[in-house]
Amino acid sequence: MMSATLMELDQRDRGGPQQPLLVVRNLRKHFPIRSGILGRVSAHVRAVDNVSFTVRKGETLGIVGESGCGKSTVARLLMRLINPDAGEQIFDGDAVGEHGGISVADLRRQVQMVFQDSASSLNPRMPVQNSIAFGPIAFGTPRVEAVGQARELLTRVGLNPALFGGRYPHELSGGQKQRINIARALAMQPRMIILDEAVSALDKSVEAQVLNLLQALKRSFNLTYVFISHDLGVVRWISDRVMVMYLGEIVEIGPADTIYTGARHPYTRALLASRPALDPDQRREEAPVSGDPPNPINPPSGCRFHTRCPHAEPVCASRAPSLGAEGEQAHRAACHMQDPASGHSQAIAA
Amino acid sequence: MTEPLAEVSNLSVDFVTRESSVRAVNDVNFTMLPGEVMCMLGESGSGKSVTMRALMRLLPPKRSVISGGIRIAGQDVQAMDATALRRMRGSTVSMIFQEPMTAFDPVVRVGDQIAEVVSVHRGVSHAAGRQRALDLFELVRIPSAQRRLDAYPHELSGGLRQRAMIALALSCEPKLLLADEPTTALDATVQIQVLILLRRLQQEMGMSVIFVTHDLGVAAEIADRVAVMYAGRVVETGPVRDLMRRPLHPYTAGLLASTVHDQPRDQDLETIPGTPPDMRHLPPGCAFAPRCPRAGTDCITTVPPPVTPAPGRIVRCLRVEAELV
Ligand SMILES: Nc1ncnc2c1ncn2[C@@H]1O[C@H](COP(=O)(O)OP(=O)(O)OP(=O)(O)O)[C@@H](O)[C@H]1O
Ligand SMILES: Nc1ncnc2c1ncn2[C@@H]1O[C@H](COP(=O)(O)OP(=O)(O)OP(=O)(O)O)[C@@H](O)[C@H]1O
Ligand code: SF4
Ligand SMILES: [Mg+2]
Ligand SMILES: [Mg+2]
Repeated sequence: MMSATLMELDQRDRGGPQQPLLVVRNLRKHFPIRSGILGRVSAHVRAVDNVSFTVRKGETLGIVGESGCGKSTVARLLMRLINPDAGEQIFDGDAVGEHGGISVADLRRQVQMVFQDSASSLNPRMPVQNSIAFGPIAFGTPRVEAVGQARELLTRVGLNPALFGGRYPHELSGGQKQRINIARALAMQPRMIILDEAVSALDKSVEAQVLNLLQALKRSFNLTYVFISHDLGVVRWISDRVMVMYLGEIVEIGPADTIYTGARHPYTRALLASRPALDPDQRREEAPVSGDPPNPINPPSGCRFHTRCPHAEPVCASRAPSLGAEGEQAHRAACHMQDPASGHSQAIAA
Repeated sequence: MTEPLAEVSNLSVDFVTRESSVRAVNDVNFTMLPGEVMCMLGESGSGKSVTMRALMRLLPPKRSVISGGIRIAGQDVQAMDATALRRMRGSTVSMIFQEPMTAFDPVVRVGDQIAEVVSVHRGVSHAAGRQRALDLFELVRIPSAQRRLDAYPHELSGGLRQRAMIALALSCEPKLLLADEPTTALDATVQIQVLILLRRLQQEMGMSVIFVTHDLGVAAEIADRVAVMYAGRVVETGPVRDLMRRPLHPYTAGLLASTVHDQPRDQDLETIPGTPPDMRHLPPGCAFAPRCPRAGTDCITTVPPPVTPAPGRIVRCLRVEAELV
């Protein structure tokens, strides 16, 4: 649980614990596809479409969904590594990149990111303690002080600075490199860390170590996480709330345990039922859905899942179901069966 | 007793370069019965793919030294000449790779590629090969199979490409299929489809399958038997149920305990401390000893011999009793 005293200590906390750390409304990103010798835009990948959600202070929001559904694009938009086509983003009450709000540079200090590919995000020619100190030095911390802090952070992520501080990335295992990346993110004293498949490339035995570390760091540094992964087991363990994406849209969002035990969207149910059983006597006899996720260039009309959904009816192809407004309910699903007025024959009663 | 289809005895593979020599596979033994599915489980670099490649004699001959015996369908794979090798690869054994793009020529339509393989191996016409390719596409449940035969590899989605790859591997009705992480790159909803498909085809065709994975759940879905590899050795083998209910090697036990499924969220996960060993500098005794909660001084110096604590189970651990009560 978050301690109130820690919160009060953080000078940067402006709105108090009740104000969400991050609010995203109607975020959209369509990537142009160019073709022909003139490179004319012939189509768009609808990577992120009208996505709205909040991240509360001190929580971990998990994002799941299959390859290409837009998880990393959301992450890059949150960091403003790419610019959205539309939508607004509010960080602790301040609109990002707007007059009177918070600047993108300031946002990028308060929000850090850790990626899957631990090797390529570290400078191969720099001892890892210098990599960790690099950001703070760039922002004006004296060199000696920054390196001292880097060595302290090495201890915090479970690496002995005397042994590891002077090493180069190629002298480290995947798990150790990922610990360095986490230390490097922490060096900026962020309030939020976006972890995009941060443990996915690790061996199972090392993955569990890094997950425990992330939980411990979150408590001691009073952090908020956005945790992206395709591993549904890992997301359940680490997340307070979970957001499920399909073809650029949010199909379901809610408290982690509710999603895993009482999923409402047919896609979420299919995704959960697709997990191998871990018990040879409970083998899956039939796949929950057939086919592959469709192409995000021309996503299906109406509900984007209707081409694979076992409950699809004509209304599903003609009208897009709504996720409902935030604040109405903690657990929401964008499916016509959740809307008494949709005309779907299996819709819940009003 | 049924004749084993494949017998691997004391297989070791060393990679030699000017600077160093790495033993990637170390004294591996197993037999495969006809119709059996065995999963090879283990962390990155533990020697799973190298073992598979050794079975197919696909390792670079100049840089690898293979010792020990490999017999498939009664024949000594090490002693095969080029003709015998080609015959074995086409008819007795075939392999599915993790990245299906590597198996297909990007500029030839997939249907023609399968037809080509079939016509070469069976000595039939290209048209007959195309017909067989169509049958195979239907067998692996590729929708609109006729149309898909004319697709280029890049025009197929990941799931369809993996199915086409399976069709190619099955085209000559192998007795032994080597599947190296065939579903790891697939999405969850597609992976389960391909697993169920492979299981069905395996049963219908009665073939043996060695299925490489690092996912315990996948092993539980498909395996009859599991072989767990660590640092080039098979440290434990056994029937899938026994092994998953009661792992005997401390590494297998640690792997099961640290796999995240439905553990309580307010507690730390169980972990295996430390990191997998550097294959260039393996410890002299049990390679798992530096990370093992049960290790004693004997483990640091002695390579554990295989023991058979229960029927069908073999474990390389000094702490495992030879006879379980
Ligand atoms: N710069 C880009 N230009 C064109 N298309 C892009 C670009 N970046 C992403 N896309 C496309 O946008 C869609 C969403 O991609 P994104 O990387 O966000 O998916 P993801 O959910 O992170 O997938 P994964 O699980 O594979 O990481 C995909 O179809 C992808 O091909
Ligand atoms: N051609 C090669 N030359 C030199 N070393 C090699 C070669 N192929 C593999 N190795 C080494 O052999 C060891 C075993 O590799 P292998 O590919 O079998 O691992 P694996 O268990 O399949 O791992 P992964 O799960 O990552 O696929 C590794 O240390 C690897 O670096
Ligand atoms: S809206 Fe229709 S197609 Fe979409 S998930 Fe619900 S029932 Fe299925
Ligand atoms: Mg991604
Ligand atoms: Mg491999």
